[in-house]
Amino acid sequence: MNMLRRHWPWLLVLVILLAFPFLFYDWTKGRHSGFVLTLMSEIGVMAIFALSYNMLMGQAGLLSFGHAVLFGLGAYCAAHVVNMVKAGTIWLPTELIPLAGGLGGLFFGYVFGWLVTKQRATAFAMITMGLGELVSAAALMFMAFFGGEGGITIDRVMDTSLVGVRYTSPWQVYCLVLAWAFIAAALMRLQTQTALGKMANATRDNFERAQFVGYDPRMVRLMQFTLSGFFAGIGGGLYVLIYEIVTFDTVSAAKSANALLAVYIGGAGGFFGPILGTIVVVLLQSGVSLLSNAWLLYVGVLFIVMVMYAPGGLIGLIFMHLPIWRAGRMRELLLPYARAFPPALLVLLGFVFMVELASFTTIGAAQGKRFTIGGQLIDTTAPMPWVIAIAALVLGALWLRHEARGFRQRWDELMEGSKRAQATAAPKPQEAVA
Amino acid sequence: MSVSAVELVDVRKNFGRTEIIRGVNLSIPRGERHAIIGPNGAGKTTLFNLISGRFPITAGSITVNGQSTADLAPQEINRLGLSRSFQITSIFPRMTVFENIRCGLLWSQGYRYSFWRLLGTQKELNRATDQLLERLKLADRRDLQAGLLSYAEQRALEIGITIAGGAEIILLDEPTAGMSHSETESAVALIRSVSEGKTLIMVEHDMSVVFGIADRITVLVYGEVIASDAPAAIRGNAAVQEAYLGTVAA
Amino acid sequence: MEVFVVSLLNGLVYGMLLFMLASGLTLILSMMGVLNFAHASAYMLGAYFAYTISQYIGFWPALIIAPVLCGLIGAGIEMWGLRRVHQNGHIAELLFTFGLALLIEKGVQMTWGLLPVPYRVPELLDFPLFKIYGTQFPAYRAFMLLISALMFGAIWLGLTRTRIGLVIQAALTHPDMASALGHNVPRIFTLVFAAGTALAGLAGVIGGNYQVTEPAMAFTMGPIVFVVVVFGGLGSLSGCFIASILMGLIQTFAVVFDVSLADLLAKFGFVVTSSTPFAEILTVTLPRIGALLPFLMMVLILVFRPRGLMGTRDT
Repeated sequence: MNMLRRHWPWLLVLVILLAFPFLFYDWTKGRHSGFVLTLMSEIGVMAIFALSYNMLMGQAGLLSFGHAVLFGLGAYCAAHVVNMVKAGTIWLPTELIPLAGGLGGLFFGYVFGWLVTKQRATAFAMITMGLGELVSAAALMFMAFFGGEGGITIDRVMDTSLVGVRYTSPWQVYCLVLAWAFIAAALMRLQTQTALGKMANATRDNFERAQFVGYDPRMVRLMQFTLSGFFAGIGGGLYVLIYEIVTFDTVSAAKSANALLAVYIGGAGGFFGPILGTIVVVLLQSGVSLLSNAWLLYVGVLFIVMVMYAPGGLIGLIFMHLPIWRAGRMRELLLPYARAFPPALLVLLGFVFMVELASFTTIGAAQGKRFTIGGQLIDTTAPMPWVIAIAALVLGALWLRHEARGFRQRWDELMEGSKRAQATAAPKPQEAVA
Repeated sequence: MSVSAVELVDVRKNFGRTEIIRGVNLSIPRGERHAIIGPNGAGKTTLFNLISGRFPITAGSITVNGQSTADLAPQEINRLGLSRSFQITSIFPRMTVFENIRCGLLWSQGYRYSFWRLLGTQKELNRATDQLLERLKLADRRDLQAGLLSYAEQRALEIGITIAGGAEIILLDEPTAGMSHSETESAVALIRSVSEGKTLIMVEHDMSVVFGIADRITVLVYGEVIASDAPAAIRGNAAVQEAYLGTVAA
Repeated sequence: MEVFVVSLLNGLVYGMLLFMLASGLTLILSMMGVLNFAHASAYMLGAYFAYTISQYIGFWPALIIAPVLCGLIGAGIEMWGLRRVHQNGHIAELLFTFGLALLIEKGVQMTWGLLPVPYRVPELLDFPLFKIYGTQFPAYRAFMLLISALMFGAIWLGLTRTRIGLVIQAALTHPDMASALGHNVPRIFTLVFAAGTALAGLAGVIGGNYQVTEPAMAFTMGPIVFVVVVFGGLGSLSGCFIASILMGLIQTFAVVFDVSLADLLAKFGFVVTSSTPFAEILTVTLPRIGALLPFLMMVLILVFRPRGLMGTRDT
């Protein structure tokens, strides 16, 4: 009962996530939407991956450019295990395949960790990048383990399920992903509360001081790296079950970059930031990429804006409001937000319009696509659309700048007010929620 | 107890061609409160860095509790029961005050690199942490980020992290530097209480602090020990006066 | 022998090209501590700018204009972007340039399309300069060597003979000291960043038509330049030079020698068959592994000698 009272948000999220695909359920055909399920499974896998990346970047302050290596190698291991189970060499329930991936990740995490954790900061970043490039080059070169360009294919339908499910439908796979995502997330969350998790924070904050309280920072980094590999490998194992193929893409720099983007956009350091970031990045990737050629550009712009203006990520932006929320004065922010909204929207529309114009003149034209808005064909070579786009962008920017000044003033007042309110109230314990 | 807590035999340290520590011999018995004083640039902090293993020594030998510290990493020396603080505050700024202190406790309480025991459920550990916070008068700052503390509070936290592990030998590097008069007073009381029954070695500029706490004082000038004696004797030592007057004149 | 001489020349050309890119990156990394991921993007921009300019007014003006444009962009990035991000720490700076690299790649795709553009060697230089052992050596490669040698000389003179060059040199090894000496560090940073980007742009102008001008060129070149910088060592231009040439030679020679570890073992009377353990690794030939070598070298040097060949401090 106590457990339930403390952990109800997790249960609530689980229920919502289970119910969500039914919003897209096709009742006439009695079928789930495959696209939605795959998208959500992808989010689940990437969330595990991003959280495992956050164990390095957020928790231990280690900026890795090759985290996908652990994810991908875990995926390859899982794929080989599946094929071995199929061939009857070994027996393993389908449900535990991700664990095989995790153990693969753990093993490679230790091996590579031993190499890379001698260094930190920039040298660490460079050496992980080098390893990433090495492994992705090797993935194309060695047939036996990586299967070359074709990768390794599997058939996830094998009759070894513990609960008698054959995983023929995306829905069944989604449930498995969800279960593992929750297990992995919970374990990673708990890990932050252990001696190793806390000392990882300590070496991040002050590498030298950690030595003088008796810890070997290298050892802390190595163990953190290894565990992070374990969770990344679980993600890799699930990836294999979803797509039934693993190629060199899974170890590539692009995959590593995805984790970095998700964690940073969501907010490193905290626990829920990376999940939020994953949702944003995967939606941009899968959703927007259907509509636009330029999704990477949007992600890049979002990323740069975050780095420049909100180094705490989305979650940081939300938590910035906490003092005002506590003071119960959120309502006073409504008007300033409402006033800033139209110019912000104008800037956004102008920017998107311009990017799309550019994208359709070159890439779109090459692919024979045409730019239409509401059925209306837009001639991307005519000057008029460009003028409109640029005008919207410039006017919006000027207007936004004007509004931003007022907003800032109001914000500062509120912050000042809530600080005073807090100072007079009894000092409340505020456990670092994020 | 025949073995000294810390023993330095002809310790030398060069940075490049410059000799910073030129053959220091020092034996500090257990339970002594020992102060190291000397003009700026005498090598006091360097001496601390050598004892605590932050820098390797060029020549000579250092033993802690009878064990040679040659080739030992800082964390290994720490595990011998020697803990130090820093002149420039060195805490974990993004962790809470409570967590800072708890980091100091973890190793000595045997948690090592455990990633399976949840610290929140370790009653003994958390109680010990809270007790220490109480002693440091930081209890009402418990859940604040350490980086947001005032300077004097950060200094107290610095000492707290240093002593948390229950080390028998405590090295404090200018614990009262930059403090106001009243802050210094409470810092002195704190140092006095935490070093009860332990070996204390401190570098300090404030002479009232030094003479108020130390059982014995070592004067270091240009990397050499020119005197090491009881406070009263140091006060009357001609060489010491010359060294200090010399620096004042310069 | 003939293979050797031709490969030596080609390796030298490639190495000098690498140096042109890496020298700017070394300066930026050593002085500002910024691991500039967008550096290779400037190389790409240089190539594309040169392509467009040479379509309208020819290659020779492009040789000047394109690098200047890149330098201006670099100055803008430093003044309005990096300087703002600087307060959030080195990792934020690094991520900022990482985001820029993504943006520039996408921007290039949207401006010039996904396919390689036909950026060609100018006609004036499109002839074989001489023949060695029946293999032609194109005049353009000699021209590349000439340009990069001139540039090398210019950097050298600039760093050793001018006042600002001396300040930069001082700041290379002791970044915090320069500001203590009362120099206008932000302006020097902007200058170095702009100059580095311009150099990368110049490398793009002369390298774009030597290799292929396509949107992926930044992401294939980028990691190799990093390898060179790390290998050469922070704060050392001469280390960077040696590393560049070494890398150029290694990559060129690796393509030429069709041997594998198995061949080496065979010399000692050990025959590798398909049943030997690690047979696949042992039978991989050098040309196939060529692209992999730089990264292998980087990982090894970072593990065993983190300050690189001639670096003055750890990476």
